[in-house]
Amino acid sequence: MSADLRERAWAAAASVSDPEIPVLSIADLGVLRDVRMDGDAVEVTITPTYSGCPAMNMIQLDIETALAVAGFAKVHVTSVLSPAWTTDWMTQEGRDKLRAYGIAPPVGPAGRRALFGQDVVACPRCGSTHTSRIAEFGSTSCKALWRCEACREPFDYFKCH
Amino acid sequence: MIVEAPASPLARYALRRADDALILGHRLSEWSAMAPTLEEEMALSNMALDLIGQSRALYTYAGEVEGKGQSEDDFAYMRREREYQNILLVERPNGDFAQTMLRQFFFAAFAYPYWLAMMRSTDATLAAIAAKSEKEIAYHLRHSSEWVLRLGDGTAESHRRLAEALEELWPYTGELFAVLPDETALIAAGVAVDPDTLRGEWEATVRAVLERATLAMPSGGWMQQGGREGRHSEHLGHLLAELQYVPRMIPGATW
Repeated sequence: MSADLRERAWAAAASVSDPEIPVLSIADLGVLRDVRMDGDAVEVTITPTYSGCPAMNMIQLDIETALAVAGFAKVHVTSVLSPAWTTDWMTQEGRDKLRAYGIAPPVGPAGRRALFGQDVVACPRCGSTHTSRIAEFGSTSCKALWRCEACREPFDYFKCH
Repeated sequence: MIVEAPASPLARYALRRADDALILGHRLSEWSAMAPTLEEEMALSNMALDLIGQSRALYTYAGEVEGKGQSEDDFAYMRREREYQNILLVERPNGDFAQTMLRQFFFAAFAYPYWLAMMRSTDATLAAIAAKSEKEIAYHLRHSSEWVLRLGDGTAESHRRLAEALEELWPYTGELFAVLPDETALIAAGVAVDPDTLRGEWEATVRAVLERATLAMPSGGWMQQGGREGRHSEHLGHLLAELQYVPRMIPGATW
């Protein structure tokens, strides 16, 4: 019974999408950390991608709404910092969805890069690795702006973090 | 309604680091809609957002440690200038682009090894904040050092401006390594990092980038101080006037 409830609560929370990248759910992204039942109350734990991610407040509201719609009256959402989120937590499904959406998924495992180093990023449209970075900071904290030299299309790259 | 300085040394320590991040983040946000290119507009706003996010986590933690129900907003909006304990470097006005980028570079070249070392703090919350912050600051360091190179090794005009910025900002770098009396016990307990242990790495980073930027590394000299004790330049008051105006005029406002 309670395992069943927990499954339903997880499914409801996991249905929430990232407001900045609506093609990804917070489960794909690895932002949804845990869903627990405490009697009839739901305890949801999430973790921010970046310290200043402005989507976190909205994600919290969306989780509360999704759970209310699923019939859970008591919901408590907590944000935890540790262990720190990394792009390694993004599911393979999430990476595939990103690419289909036109955003290059993070390349390889998250790790420390040399001060002036750069990733090799494949174009999400034509697959060419003949690409170059236009700007390290993009339209959101988690993205950089790149350009494909083969098909000439600019694209967003979800930074390895 | 004015929030006094916390009594707990740990809360005070977190607050000082939060003040550095908030004030520098606010300064960078002043570039919004004023940056020279769209890419730089986004870079400066992204860096501002990272720093303000870091300050929020640190203010929230200071409030938890102090245990008097103070929120991040109370600390940010309801303290007077003298209660702010950020270093003077971060309150320096933006000036021209060379000054903004050199200020960012000096700060990030310290903050990067600082947060890396703080990941081993015996305080679990500070270690968690550090693990997020170091990744973000790594970008700031890379971005600002690329600009220092471009400006220093660029045109005669960009070189002149960077050289002027170096002369002006250098005396504010000494305070990066200041330790207050109430911090020594935290350092001994492994909660805080002794900034002096980071001096070698900071100098090596700064020297390497300045030399590639065709500028000589200044040596020592007289250093400004006072921010950590709450003695600020005239610039902080003007910054706080803008930062704190709305919550003071309309306390508890929501939208």
